[in-house]
Amino acid sequence: MEKLNVFASRLLPTEDFVCSGHRACQGCAEVLAMRMVHKELGRNTIAASATGCMEIITSPYPESAWRIPWIHVAFENPASVISGVEAGYKALMRKGRYPKRRINFVGYGGDGATADIGLQFVSGAMERGHDMIYVCYDNEAYMNTGIQRSSATPFGASTTTSPAGKVSIGQQTWKKNVPEIMAAHNIPYVATASPSYPFDLHRKVRKAADVEGPAYLHIYSACPTGWRMRPELAVQIGRLAVETGVFPLYEVEDGKYTITEPVSEFRALRDYLKPQGRFRHLTDDVIDDIEARLRAEYRLLEAKVRMTHEEEV
Amino acid sequence: MAERKGMEVSIAIAEAASVCDVDCIAAYPITPQTHVVEHLSEIVADGDLDAEFIPVESEHAAMSCCCGCAAAGARTFTATASQGLALMHEILFIAANLRLPMVMVVANRSLSGPISIWNDHSDVMTERDVGWVQVFAENGQEAVDLVIMGHRMSEDKRILLPLMVNFDGFILSHMVEPIEMPTREEVKKFLPDFEPQQRLDIDNPITMGPVGMPVVYTEAKMAAEWAVRDAYEPMVEIMGEFEKEFGRKYKPVETYRTDDAEILLIMMGGISETAMTWVDKVRDEGVKVGLVRFRMWRPLPVDDFKKAIAGAKVLGVLDRHFSPGGPGGPMAQEIKYMLYGQDHAPKIVETVVGLGGRDVNFTDFDQIFDRCKTVLGGAPVPPFELIQVRGGHYGKA
Repeated sequence: MEKLNVFASRLLPTEDFVCSGHRACQGCAEVLAMRMVHKELGRNTIAASATGCMEIITSPYPESAWRIPWIHVAFENPASVISGVEAGYKALMRKGRYPKRRINFVGYGGDGATADIGLQFVSGAMERGHDMIYVCYDNEAYMNTGIQRSSATPFGASTTTSPAGKVSIGQQTWKKNVPEIMAAHNIPYVATASPSYPFDLHRKVRKAADVEGPAYLHIYSACPTGWRMRPELAVQIGRLAVETGVFPLYEVEDGKYTITEPVSEFRALRDYLKPQGRFRHLTDDVIDDIEARLRAEYRLLEAKVRMTHEEEV
Repeated sequence: MAERKGMEVSIAIAEAASVCDVDCIAAYPITPQTHVVEHLSEIVADGDLDAEFIPVESEHAAMSCCCGCAAAGARTFTATASQGLALMHEILFIAANLRLPMVMVVANRSLSGPISIWNDHSDVMTERDVGWVQVFAENGQEAVDLVIMGHRMSEDKRILLPLMVNFDGFILSHMVEPIEMPTREEVKKFLPDFEPQQRLDIDNPITMGPVGMPVVYTEAKMAAEWAVRDAYEPMVEIMGEFEKEFGRKYKPVETYRTDDAEILLIMMGGISETAMTWVDKVRDEGVKVGLVRFRMWRPLPVDDFKKAIAGAKVLGVLDRHFSPGGPGGPMAQEIKYMLYGQDHAPKIVETVVGLGGRDVNFTDFDQIFDRCKTVLGGAPVPPFELIQVRGGHYGKA
């Protein structure tokens, strides 16, 4: 399947490892993304979770939505925890105390756990070269605690700690580019993905699992509750994010950049902002400024694609 | 049995972890623990120990990583000190409540500020509530033996808790002492391969660390209390087995020349070696004084302690940490808890001593002893005193 690069819904695995009955909000695209990730990774997977939405909705004792071994230790450290699990099994398999087999080791957290409080831990685990995957489910704020801004909150978004007010536009800083930070660790695989592009997401999860060494996935995860939009728009907003250049889908394989869902003609940014209450206060001139910066960033990404494929041309 | 060889205690502790055939070591360098992890990384680099050495980016990550290793079912070891232990604080509770066996050696050192790399017990005394088993070593041999016993205790199905071996930074960690190091084969008989009760296993998936809603949190805490309290019996049993195997006897509370003593000095850690020499000196002068030392600190060995001090009239408690604006030193407070309301309870004279690497010598013991003598003579019990303050007494002039 990998060689043919064919994806069709009937070819996707039918089994789920994040099962229904969990307590996510209506229209949560984060749990949708997580379900896809684990569908692709399958049974031979161990997951370590950060504290956050995906932890509390799946594990209110005595219930669990997990059909694979899963551990939660704290907010900032799933990358460290899963790197320890990986090292533990590596030692035990080498010493003949556990049968040798292929296991996917996955640590995951939200954007707060990844871009803010856990950045050091993710960086450390990636740098040490563990054979693991780290997944950031990015819903662009601390949703679990009540929509507070993180460093991954986009410019202009109103949150409960970056509220739009008479003298403030809301979030005053540009979204931290964590995939680029991870690419700078020279790890074999970095990709952005979105559950609104399920086949692209499945393919990237497969690559992340097959690669030897650390892989990083940054997954766009629409949060209707925190973004103040209608729950049924979660998948659509993900497509708009790509089509407007807000969240480009690309991958970096051994340093080589590829845009996996290229956009030849961008849709107007307003189409993306309008359904979301968090951007309602933005004025036309601000929107124009944001759009200009997004275009510049996309050009930079395209330049990286060209530069890193130069010798092939 | 192996011969006694002179070696630095930190090196000996690393060798002890090695003869325990640990599977994973996740550690971060911090003075004065550094020689432990340096030497372990050397042992691994030379292929003398088949283990994963994980050079993490912080102590918080070290403890997080150790949780992962132990959850995978690997025998796990780490070492830290001072600020490093403080940085681990958050995860210490979780390691204990997830019932993850591991051994951590703490080269006890003061906490900032001001920054000080030298010895006292402020690092570990602020971690009394974390739910770990905690023991204190007096000398290098004891530290080595506690690492070996520690893995066995930690992994015992009746205990299943992380275990902290405390030893004094610099005054013990950097001391060359004669050590009898058992071989890996000898240790293997005493400490078989770790078979976890539960692990993150793809064939038998479990959820570890779920949310504790108010309907279960209190029960979880009750279970934590039982876990640590119930560790006492199997720990004593394992100390007995260790003695049979290696010939060195350990018990929860150590006593020295306590027979007929009216005044007992109470302490833990390495200063008791100096204190024993001092006791010998004053005993020779005909003074009835003895020494009691905690080896086991969590679980608190209440009965052993009461037995050890039976008959004494005054206890001179030497704390190496105190709570500013609070009730004084932690050991003294816990001793008061053990003795409060008891008929004929001894009077307790509290002294805080040896902070941030200040040497504790004979003149200090003399001074503490003098305070105890006045109380023995009928003077009222004074408030806790921080001695060794240059240029003045504790308290405003």
